[in-house]
Amino acid sequence: MSNNTIQGELLAEPAARAPTRGDRSSLAAQMLLSLRSVPVFLAFVVLTVVSLLAVFAPFLIRADPIAIDPLQRFAGVSAEHWLGNDAFGRDVYSRLLFGARVSLIVGLGAAAASLVVGLIIGVVAGYIRFADTFIMRVMDGIMAIPSILLAIALVSLTGASLVTVLVAITVPEIPRVVRLVRSIILNVRSEAYVEAAISLGTPTYRLLIRHMVPNTVAPLIVQGTFIFASAILTEATLSFLGAGLPTEIPSWGNMMADGRMYFQLYPSLVLYPGIILAFTLLSVNILGDVLRDVLDPKMAKRT
Amino acid sequence: MFSYVIKRAVATLPVMAMVAVVVFAMLRLTPGDPAAILAGDDASGAQLEAIRRSMGLDQPIMVQLYVWMKQLAQGDLGVSLLSGTPVLEMIGGRIGPTLSLAVLTILLTIVVAIPMGVVAARNPGGLLDRTVMTFSVLGFSIPTFVIGYLLIYAMALKLGWFPVQGYSSVDKGLWPFFQRLVLPTLALSGIYIALVARMTRSSVIDVMGEDFIRTARAKGAKETSVLLRHALRNAAVPIVTVIGIGVASLITGVVVTESVFNLPGLGRLVVEAVLARDYPVIQGLILLFSFTYVLINLAVDILYTVFDPRIRY
Repeated sequence: MSNNTIQGELLAEPAARAPTRGDRSSLAAQMLLSLRSVPVFLAFVVLTVVSLLAVFAPFLIRADPIAIDPLQRFAGVSAEHWLGNDAFGRDVYSRLLFGARVSLIVGLGAAAASLVVGLIIGVVAGYIRFADTFIMRVMDGIMAIPSILLAIALVSLTGASLVTVLVAITVPEIPRVVRLVRSIILNVRSEAYVEAAISLGTPTYRLLIRHMVPNTVAPLIVQGTFIFASAILTEATLSFLGAGLPTEIPSWGNMMADGRMYFQLYPSLVLYPGIILAFTLLSVNILGDVLRDVLDPKMAKRT
Repeated sequence: MFSYVIKRAVATLPVMAMVAVVVFAMLRLTPGDPAAILAGDDASGAQLEAIRRSMGLDQPIMVQLYVWMKQLAQGDLGVSLLSGTPVLEMIGGRIGPTLSLAVLTILLTIVVAIPMGVVAARNPGGLLDRTVMTFSVLGFSIPTFVIGYLLIYAMALKLGWFPVQGYSSVDKGLWPFFQRLVLPTLALSGIYIALVARMTRSSVIDVMGEDFIRTARAKGAKETSVLLRHALRNAAVPIVTVIGIGVASLITGVVVTESVFNLPGLGRLVVEAVLARDYPVIQGLILLFSFTYVLINLAVDILYTVFDPRIRY
């Protein structure tokens, strides 16, 4: 490492780190403090319970969630079937637990995938001038297509499976991440510490990874929670419309789709998964708002 | 002003062209033979060949794109694989319920959400404000189809105030028409009201800190007049913007709501086309919805000049 680079690092470090790392203990303290608000606390409890149920679903279920029992169709609540059976005689309680699993997998998968892909494309757009216009025009085009329609079309073209549904949910989310990353990179580019690093001959990859990308971490975490919620919602919507996960996978959307025909007689088949879905989304949104207030006070003021 | 409208309208053309390219690329870039996807699983070899030729799949991809864009520019969206009806004709036959639902929802949203936002902004942190914000978070988080089913359960099944599902067109009488659209409109407007109320609130709160509000109060203007004539008017631009952006969630909602309430509109048509894998219809509807979204936001941009004469171009 040349002397110049070391100086560059010294110059660059404090400014580059200050906004992202901050004081970790105070961040944690702020988040703990926000738990004193009742809605935030409840949201935290709901999300924790749903996550635990999802993780330990195989140990908690009372019956095979996909086993069909034609003699037990629409069986009522009993010691054996805590929430009754659905139209195929499948145990609703066990299916709800596996549905939580599916939702969390889809939410985490889509959030991770769109953040990684969006970050890479965004850095390229923000840093490489000649790629910028082209990339952003394509992103404008994708953003102009309502995301549910884009996802529906992608699923129907590729056929329904967990992977295609994940891709179909991820693609419409990418442009928003790209925009966010690009704007941060463009802003940071003109900062004095970045110019200092450039003039000291820092190699490009090092400049990007050490000095520019860390600035995107906090906003991306916030964005990630909202993508997480919207991915869960999109999966449920797609499955509900019959254009999502294969019908044998017990997801909340599929359960609602199956229950639709019998809604007038057995409303609970639609309402149970629907209400759990709503509570999960509500909790994620409330906690996402808290996270945003703590990590990104500037953005919180604007909305 | 006029030249601005033209300039702004021309600027939407590349976006619309890009949408068309993305929609075109989707069918061509997904793995597999587009002709086979289009023909479905039980097509014969001869049918496959015919489709390949009629789509010009033997031509280079750029030629295909050119031909497709040319047809599109002439308003030719192709024909349904299932019925052979031109896609444009199918859209014409199903647009009624969708348009009624969308217009009613936008009207309800404006009438409900803007007063909600203003009332909340009058005393930030107060009881009314917290009520409005709670409602807004709920509206954001409860999926449209869950709201829809809860409404059916409570208002149609339990109380019996409204029919459970279905549609009745205007020419069969105004009352049945509205009666069947009340619940869908309520379900669909949930997220939209949440969005607009939130933006109205924060936008009005922003403006309330301005000097001219203090001046208005100092000259003795009534608080309602300060809120409505001074604050709301100056807060209008972000509110109108979010009404335009919210159309995207409205379109998603239309697809879902029409399925829940069995309305024979364009949203239902999308789902039917997807289940039948009728690609020309899917493509046509995606283009229609996307172009509508782009054009509504163009209209919003132009409306800025009406709401805020300071914006001059």
